[in-house]
Amino acid sequence: MEWVNAVVQGSLLGGLYALFAAGLSLIFGVMRLVNIAHGDLIVLGAYLGLTVTTLLGLHPLVALILVVPTMALIGYVLQRGILNQTLGKDILPPLLVTFGLSVIIQNALLETYSADPQKMNAGALETASVSVGGLSLGLLPLLTFGIAIVVIASLQWMFYRTALGRAFRATSDNQEIAQLMGLNRRHIFGLAMALALGVTAIAGIMLGIRTSFDPSIGGGRLIFGFEAVIIGGLGNLWGTLIGGVILGVAQTIGAKIDPGWQLLAGHIAFLVILAVRPNGLFPRINE
Amino acid sequence: MSTSNLHVTRTSGATKTAALLGLIVLIVLVAAPYWAGRADMRLMGEIFLYLALASLWNLMAGYAGLVSVGQQAYVGFGGYMLFALTMFGGLHPIAAIVLAGALGAVIAVPVALLIFRLRGAYFAIGTWVIAEVFRLSFAQVSALGGGSGSSLPVGIVRSLASSRAGREHLSYWLALASAVIVIAAVYFFLRSRNGLALTAIRDNELAAGSLGIDIWRTKFIVYIVTASLTAMIGALIFLQKLRISPDAAFSVNDWTAFVIFIVVIGGIGTIEGPIIGTLIFFLLRETLADLGTIYLMVLGVVAIVIMLKAPNGIWGLLRSRFDLELFPLSYRVKPNKKG
Repeated sequence: MEWVNAVVQGSLLGGLYALFAAGLSLIFGVMRLVNIAHGDLIVLGAYLGLTVTTLLGLHPLVALILVVPTMALIGYVLQRGILNQTLGKDILPPLLVTFGLSVIIQNALLETYSADPQKMNAGALETASVSVGGLSLGLLPLLTFGIAIVVIASLQWMFYRTALGRAFRATSDNQEIAQLMGLNRRHIFGLAMALALGVTAIAGIMLGIRTSFDPSIGGGRLIFGFEAVIIGGLGNLWGTLIGGVILGVAQTIGAKIDPGWQLLAGHIAFLVILAVRPNGLFPRINE
Repeated sequence: MSTSNLHVTRTSGATKTAALLGLIVLIVLVAAPYWAGRADMRLMGEIFLYLALASLWNLMAGYAGLVSVGQQAYVGFGGYMLFALTMFGGLHPIAAIVLAGALGAVIAVPVALLIFRLRGAYFAIGTWVIAEVFRLSFAQVSALGGGSGSSLPVGIVRSLASSRAGREHLSYWLALASAVIVIAAVYFFLRSRNGLALTAIRDNELAAGSLGIDIWRTKFIVYIVTASLTAMIGALIFLQKLRISPDAAFSVNDWTAFVIFIVVIGGIGTIEGPIIGTLIFFLLRETLADLGTIYLMVLGVVAIVIMLKAPNGIWGLLRSRFDLELFPLSYRVKPNKKG
């Protein structure tokens, strides 16, 4: 039963990792950009949530109404102002520019909020739980998992059922022809980044309710998201959820064996899958 | 003018002058213990170690297209090997440094086989995962102090040289030697057959492949050599620090972020770039370090601006303006001298 519990809790934790991964996967799918600053943007989302909740006295989940659009706006400006200039055949500029951004965001957060760990107060939600078949499931992990499913389902629907999604796919397939068809590539990329950072805001807030956070944890969150993307398979949105769940389960089982093994077990699971299935479990994009 | 009046050469006036000046500077630097103060020598030692790390990262990213954000894996590995080999193996520190390099190459083989499956930017993050695995693994080794780390025992430190001044001079010379060896190794590697293949891959991977260059093998060699040398530098770094902990040994900021900034600012894909970049980096650090976090933000902004406006860095700007090259690597066609 203890092991069943570990698997279930790990799966729920996977929902959070899927939220980390969804934005990363979306950006890569549309413009083949890997954003090294992604983890720091998640942490930025958490801090924005903290500011909104302490200034306005709102519940963190209500704060999403303000934080999601703010992050989306940051994403659009970032893409049009800086990142669009880096896109091209050479992989070095986007990589190094987002790496620079990561250092800037991290230190700006350090300057503004100090290195002290912070946490958002979500009241009763943090400790509430329901029992299902002898297992006690936290309401917050359940909610996070539910949000991850809703976010991924909406992204999937948007990608394949809406005009915006068609524009994303067209630009992803062939930028030049998409331009000829009257799409403004720069604007489309801006919208994609806005959407991705909207998701990142949700991820940041859920992270900030679940655990304490400080400016230095961005790199670790980027790695979790990245591992979930690769395990699930590049370009597959539902794959990120499966990847997140595998990562979460590996971590909780590792922690069950020895608390020091929690993170290591997750990384090892990732490396094993990389060795056995280099393209992930359910790849959509052949690079 | 017929072609018989022309010849192809790598040397030029600038490379000869640079070689002469370089030699003079080197002699002056070797003699530093006779003219520099203790603090200056410490700073210069650090500069040399960063120069070595930057030159190695540049060889990987600038020439082999292997952009790693996980070189701290090998810095930390080398540092820990120094501690383990001297403390439990009873080795002399200098022997331990050399062996750390060999072990670095050994451990890099399975790592490369695994992460070479990832392309481009995903390769970059994959290297970071490896570094995290290294950090978490060494944090589990209780003999090496676990998560809180350990200090190098006094006896081992003394075995290097009996007096404090002697140790300081030796570690200065080791740092200088490491920078010289790394730059020389990169230089001779680039002039070799493998280096020619590497330059071809840098310029056009597809064309290089169609000429029969084994791209995977060339990149693999570069990765292993870089890992080995980086591990040796790591051992040296922690021989100077005398204390190691997982967080310090595998710090992404200290051993990768700064190194990337150095190379990007100086000019990626040239031997001269990391040299210029290191000088600028330390100049900025010594003047702005009091600003703390602001300094790092300035560094990030400078790197982004350079990447966007002058992707070849400061050396790239100088080179395109004055057609300058200090290390004779590229070929030039010149008229023969009369007579």
